[in-house]
Amino acid sequence: MPGQEISGADILVKALVDLGVDTVFGYPGGAVLPVYDSLFQQNQIRHILVRHEQGAVHAAEGYARSTGKPGVVLVTSGPGATNAVTGITDALMDSIPIVVLTGQVATQLIGTDAFQECDTVGITRHCSKHNYLVKETAKLGPILHEAFHIATTGRPGPVVVDIPKDVQVRTAVYEKPDLTVHKTYHPRIEGDRALIERAVAMLAKAERPILYIGGGIVNSGPRASELLRELAALCRAPVTSTLMGLGAFPASDPQFLGMLGMHGTFEANMAMNQCDVMLALGARFDDRVTGRLDGFSPMSRKIHVDIDPSSFNKTVRVDLTIAGDVGHVLADMVKLWRAKKLKPANQEEWWLRIRNWRSRDSLAFHQEGQAIQPQYAIRRLFEATHARNPIITTEVGQHQMWAAQHFGFEHPNRWLTSGGLGTMGYGLPAAIGAQIGNPDALVIDIAGEASIQMNIQEMGTASQYRLPVKVFVLNNEYMGMVRQWQDLTYEKRYSESYSDSLPDFMKLAEAYGWKGIRIEHADELDAGIAAMLAHDGPVFVDCMVVKHANCFPMIPSGAVHTDMLLGPDQQDGIIGKEAEALV
Amino acid sequence: MAPVPASLFPAEAPEAHTLSVLVDNESGVLARIVGLFSARGYNIESLTVADVTADESVSRITIVTSGSRRVIDQITAQLNRLVPVHSVTDLTLLGPHVERELALVKVEGSGEKRVEALRLAGIFRARAVDTTTHSFVFEVSGSTSKVDQFIALMREVGLVEVARGGVVALSRGAEPQEA
Repeated sequence: MPGQEISGADILVKALVDLGVDTVFGYPGGAVLPVYDSLFQQNQIRHILVRHEQGAVHAAEGYARSTGKPGVVLVTSGPGATNAVTGITDALMDSIPIVVLTGQVATQLIGTDAFQECDTVGITRHCSKHNYLVKETAKLGPILHEAFHIATTGRPGPVVVDIPKDVQVRTAVYEKPDLTVHKTYHPRIEGDRALIERAVAMLAKAERPILYIGGGIVNSGPRASELLRELAALCRAPVTSTLMGLGAFPASDPQFLGMLGMHGTFEANMAMNQCDVMLALGARFDDRVTGRLDGFSPMSRKIHVDIDPSSFNKTVRVDLTIAGDVGHVLADMVKLWRAKKLKPANQEEWWLRIRNWRSRDSLAFHQEGQAIQPQYAIRRLFEATHARNPIITTEVGQHQMWAAQHFGFEHPNRWLTSGGLGTMGYGLPAAIGAQIGNPDALVIDIAGEASIQMNIQEMGTASQYRLPVKVFVLNNEYMGMVRQWQDLTYEKRYSESYSDSLPDFMKLAEAYGWKGIRIEHADELDAGIAAMLAHDGPVFVDCMVVKHANCFPMIPSGAVHTDMLLGPDQQDGIIGKEAEALV
Repeated sequence: MAPVPASLFPAEAPEAHTLSVLVDNESGVLARIVGLFSARGYNIESLTVADVTADESVSRITIVTSGSRRVIDQITAQLNRLVPVHSVTDLTLLGPHVERELALVKVEGSGEKRVEALRLAGIFRARAVDTTTHSFVFEVSGSTSKVDQFIALMREVGLVEVARGGVVALSRGAEPQEA
C-alpha cells in the first residue's frame, strides 16, 4: 500500500528485495536485532549465518565474483563492523561489488563511547568505495538503492551503509526510487572514439604486440571475455593475464602465455619485456606485475584501457589512455578492426621468439617417488576436475601461486582469489559464498595448512547449509611463502614460519561433520581426489606435500622481468640489502 | 613509432598547484578529502572550505598542494573518484585566476615600534581591526607571498601571533567552474 509507514528494518528488507538480493551473509548482534526480526518474518531473502564477520564479507565476495551479482553483508555495530574491515579492504583492492550493512548504536548515543559503538564510517572511509551513516529512516531506502548503484557500476567496490538502531525502529514511507541520474557520480562507460581508433591502429602495426589483461575484464561481465577472444583472434597477439584476470582468456588457447609477474611464466615476462606495443586491458600495473619499474617493458608503446582514470600513469608511464568500461572499448576495437578490414603486421619473428621462451618450460617440476610435489597435486586435481568447470578459490601463499600456474581456467568467474590485499583466510568463506551462488557447481578451496586456519571456523557454516565445498590443503607444515622469502633473503633463518602444533585435520573434519581425507603418498593422490569428488558433502583433504618446495619462476623483489629465478639452485642469498626493504 | 626509453616518468621538480574542488556539502566530505591526501602521501600547503551556494548544498574546497605533474594528475584523478566530488579544477593549469589569502596579525609594542608597525600596515593596505594602547590586530589580504612578506616585517616590530585563512581562488572571467 503506497503511503504506508513501515519500520526502517522493513524498509531495508523491502529495498533489498527490490534490488534483486536473494542472499545475505551475516551475523546478528544488538544493534541489528530489528533487521534480524524483519528477516525472520519474510521468505524472499535467505540469510547465511557465518561464524565470524570477516567470513561474511569474503563469502559475499565469493558470491559476487562467481555470479556477477553484488554480495550483501549484514553485521552488527562495533566488533561486527571492525571484524568486517579486512574483507571490505579486500573487496576494495580487488574491485569486488559488495554492500556491507552495519548496525550502529542509536543516533543519540553516537559519540558517547556507547556499548559496541565504533566510528564505522570513519574506520571504513579509507577501505570502502563509499560509505553512509543513515540518520533518518526516510533516507534509508534511497541510500540503499544508491549504495547498490555505486557498488556495482564504474569500478566496482565495497559500499558500507551504517544504520543506527533507532533508524531501524522508526517508521517512514518506502517507495522504490526512480533511477535518476546521480548528482555527482558519473563513471565513464564508453571510451573515446578517436583514442580507440589510435589504439587499434597501433595494435595493427605492431610487430611485437602483447595483450596484458586483468580483473577488469572479469568485472565487466562475460561479454568482455568473449570480445577479448575475438580481438585476440583478429590481432593474433599473445595474451598474458594478471592473477585477477585468470579465466578471462582460455588457458588452453595457443595465444595464451600464462600469468605474468612475480610468479609468472618465463614467456609471459620475457614477452612483456620485449614487446613493441602493449595493450593493457582492465589491469593496473601492480608492483607484483611490473617488477622494478626502470626495467619494465622498456621498448614498448603502452595503451591503457581502464574504467578508473586514477589507474593511468600511477606507476608506469603509458602513451595512450582510454577511460571506459573495457567491455565497451573491446567491442569498439573489434568493430573498428573489422570495419577497416585490418590485418595484423608480420609477427613471425615475434612468435618464433615466444616459442623459444616457451621451450624453457618454466613451470616444469620433477615428480619422483612417493613424496608429493605440490605442483603435481594441483595438476592431478586439475585433470580430475576441469571437465566439470569447477570454481576454484584459494587462500594466500605458495599454494595460491601454484594454483594460478598449474590450474588452467577456460572461463571467467571461476577463479576467486585475494589478489591485491593478499588476505590469508579468504578461500574457505569465498568458497562458501560461491557455492551458495552456484549450488550445482563443484567448488574447491585450494589452501595451505597455515592460511586455512585463519577462517577455519567457517567449516561450521558449510555444515549448517549442507554446502558440498571441498578444501584441498597442500600441507607442507610451513607458511611456505614466508619461508621462501626467508630462503631468498635471510639465509634460511626460518623465523616463526613453521606451522607448529597443527591440529589433526581429520578429527577436525569429523567434529564439523565433514568427510576428511588424508593423502600422504603420490600413489594415493588420484584415489584421494576421486574420493573427495565422490562425496556429496563438504570434504577436507589434507594433502601432505614435500616440505621445502619453493615457487618458481620468481622475479625477486627489486628485480626486472628478465631477471627471473627459474629454480631453487638460483635462489640462495639472491636479494641484496637494498631490495630487502621492498615488499 | 619511436620507442620510449623506459616506463619511468621524467624527473620533475615539484611545483605548487591550486585546486578548486566543488563537493556536496555533506558530513564527512572534508574528512574524505583530507584523508585521501594523508593516505596517499600528498602535501597540503593550504586548505579552505565553506559552502558557496544559496541552499548550502555545495562547498568549495580550495587546496594548495605541490608535486610533479604526474603527482598532481594523480591527485586530480583520485579526488574525482570520491563520490561527493562534483568537479576538480586545477587553477594553476587553467591559467588566469585570482588567489587571495587573509590573515590576522597581532603585534605588540609602544613608541617607535608601534608607529613603524602602523606605517608598514599602511603600505600593505592592512587594516587595524583591533587596537589597545600597546597592540594592534591587523587584517591583511592578498597573495600568499604578500601575506608572507607582511608577517615577516611584523616580526621586526613586535609580532605576537598570526591566524591565516588559507588560500581562496577563482578563475578569471564570467564562466563558473563546471559543477
